[in-house]
Amino acid sequence: MVVILGLFLFVPVIMAAWVSVSDWNGRGSPFSSNVHFVGGTHYAEMLGGRGLAARDFGTAIRNNLYYVLFVVPLQTAISLGLAFMVNKRALRGKGFFRTAFYFPSVTSTVAITVLWLFLFSASGAVNAVLSWLSIQGPNWFADPRGVFHLLMGGGDAPAALSQPGLFGISTWEWIAGPSIAMAAFIMMAIFTTSGTFMLLFLAALQSIGEDTDEAAMVDGASVWQRFWYVTVPLLRPTLFTVITLGLIGTWQVFDQIYTGSQGGPSKTTLTPAFLSYQSAFESQRWGRGAAIAFILFAIIVIMTLLQRLILGDADPTKPSRRQLRADRRAHAAAAEVVTPAPVRADETIDRGGGRHG
Amino acid sequence: MKIRTLRAGLAATSAIALATLAACSGGADPGGEQSQGNGSPNSNPVSVLIGSSGTAETDAVKEAVAAWSRQSGVPAEVKVASDLTQQATQGFTGGKPDDLLYVSTDALAGWVANGSLEAYGDSLPNKADFYPKLVEAFTVDGKFYCAPKDFSTLALVINNELWKEAGLTDNDVPTTWAELEAVAKKLTKGKVKGLVVSHEVQRLGVFMAQAGGGLVTDGKATANSPQNVEGLAFVKKMLNDGVAALNSDVGAGWGGEALGKNLAGMVIEGNWITGAKKDYKDLDYTVAALPAGAQQGTLQYTNCWGIATDADNKEGAKSLVEFLTTTQQQLAFSKAFGVMPSVQSASEAFKQDNPGMEPFIDGAAYAQNLPAQEGVAAVLAELNSKLAKLGSSDPKTILDGTQTDLQAAIGA
Repeated sequence: MVVILGLFLFVPVIMAAWVSVSDWNGRGSPFSSNVHFVGGTHYAEMLGGRGLAARDFGTAIRNNLYYVLFVVPLQTAISLGLAFMVNKRALRGKGFFRTAFYFPSVTSTVAITVLWLFLFSASGAVNAVLSWLSIQGPNWFADPRGVFHLLMGGGDAPAALSQPGLFGISTWEWIAGPSIAMAAFIMMAIFTTSGTFMLLFLAALQSIGEDTDEAAMVDGASVWQRFWYVTVPLLRPTLFTVITLGLIGTWQVFDQIYTGSQGGPSKTTLTPAFLSYQSAFESQRWGRGAAIAFILFAIIVIMTLLQRLILGDADPTKPSRRQLRADRRAHAAAAEVVTPAPVRADETIDRGGGRHG
Repeated sequence: MKIRTLRAGLAATSAIALATLAACSGGADPGGEQSQGNGSPNSNPVSVLIGSSGTAETDAVKEAVAAWSRQSGVPAEVKVASDLTQQATQGFTGGKPDDLLYVSTDALAGWVANGSLEAYGDSLPNKADFYPKLVEAFTVDGKFYCAPKDFSTLALVINNELWKEAGLTDNDVPTTWAELEAVAKKLTKGKVKGLVVSHEVQRLGVFMAQAGGGLVTDGKATANSPQNVEGLAFVKKMLNDGVAALNSDVGAGWGGEALGKNLAGMVIEGNWITGAKKDYKDLDYTVAALPAGAQQGTLQYTNCWGIATDADNKEGAKSLVEFLTTTQQQLAFSKAFGVMPSVQSASEAFKQDNPGMEPFIDGAAYAQNLPAQEGVAAVLAELNSKLAKLGSSDPKTILDGTQTDLQAAIGA
């Protein structure tokens, strides 16, 4: 186990970390004597610079940030809604709907991307439907215009906002919102992942059981109250899982971009993961590519921690660590007095019950 | 106790892993020359990595390589990459590259800089036969790295049907910017735009070349030269007058589609335009030289046959390149999948075999290469992202930004 973990996890991570602070150029071993330590140059180039590297990185962060901001809340809400729908006893053809909603999740992203390219082409199905409503659809995957810019009327940048700001990108560009092309990717992400998370919510819903709901009903709680004050708090551990997985998945978006747009139009679908690939494999800037990967890792960790902080204690039904320690001490004290065996059995039942309840 | 075992395990793992890595990469050490690498002839099989445009190209290359194998007695294998740059890079990084591979001008600088490619071009017997501008494209720091495989230039492609409808004749084919603007105006009607062109510098760059400019001149960044600004300003004027449009504006993926769907009276594309006839059977077009501004100008694109520094059989690979770049073999490739031969000795035969395609090969006389130094590809990508909004931007501002980036990239 340790050997496998070491070979496939620790060593590659250490190698990548070394590459990100070295001048390795992609040929031969990164540990050979011709490779030199260059310190934080690659990081500084992107985080502190004003050059092309910083601007590309800033653009990628901006694009991905909007992607995350839209995808994570929407997919969580939609998957919860879907789970509720297919969990109803009264629903006919429950099995069919469950399968149908889950279907996009088992299909490869590449296949769905190709499908999306067809649906959202200039003369594709989506624009055909829009034209029935007398709306002239955009040329989705070729449209770099920002959605927020369009909502603001689509004019030119006011002088005050057009100066280069963070990462050398103007404030006007920062507030552009996702481009129309990115919006299509956002819809795709929601479409493909909602099914997976629906399954997680469904499992959680089923483990709550009907008794809880009935008990609340007896207490006179309305449908909305039962949902908001009974079900959702009980779903919090699942909610935490779904949002965490969502955050990780959305910050790492790569395959759609690689097959669908290669970062275009006008770099509005460039993401850090794709930029990292491009820097390493196409520009042979391996140090920069590895540095981007590490910054991305930091972003994901920070985001997840923040989320944990906001959602509070991840699992209200699970006793906190301090409480567990106190319990154990109490049990140990009891065990010294009484015979140990029954207490242990008691402890197992106690904690097991707590975890699943 | 447990912790100690874990630590020992970790140390052992790291040691094993490092040893393995060192062993794997021994041959790839850029400093260490391999015995076979010194040019001594051997009969190791030659592996060839290509990025193919389709079965026609794959079959033609396989057939030619097999013919060489029979003649030389050296076994050879052709592999088709789905993503050439990525697969080749993996080979170089792992120290086990394919012997011979397609190398684009974009990828050349990076691979030359990290020592992946062998500079063998200067020792080719037919070096003088290649078009000089193609040799220039594959020369880095005075060394001619690899033999140009074939090439393409850009020209003006006219939609004959729309041309006639607009009442234009063969005498109206534009030779100057003013004439181009005039016929574009006549062709523009309803959904049809006179000129439809991609926003990329890989196409719009022709106007900069025609104005007498270029992104890099004599090794110095000259992106914001008055000539370049003039070239882009001319395009912007046509866009704003409504007589020209970008591919994305008309919803076309490339010029051939705009032409085939009768959305464009004229497009700027290379000799790959022949492919449009497969998708649009009724398409009838005429190829003309691009109209001149201050001078005649076009851009050219090319790939070369790169030999890996770590190749198992360099001599074999080089002999294969010589075979593949003979006049006769170049013409065979041209017939099989429509490319233009990179050797001047094949130009007359190409013209005879491909009536109507002359402007493409004649373009070789005045074609420019886009800059391809290390890091420049990213600069061009940035420029392209700005050019998508050329209609509503100031050409000078765009090019000033490019100048800054370009100076940072090439250091001059």
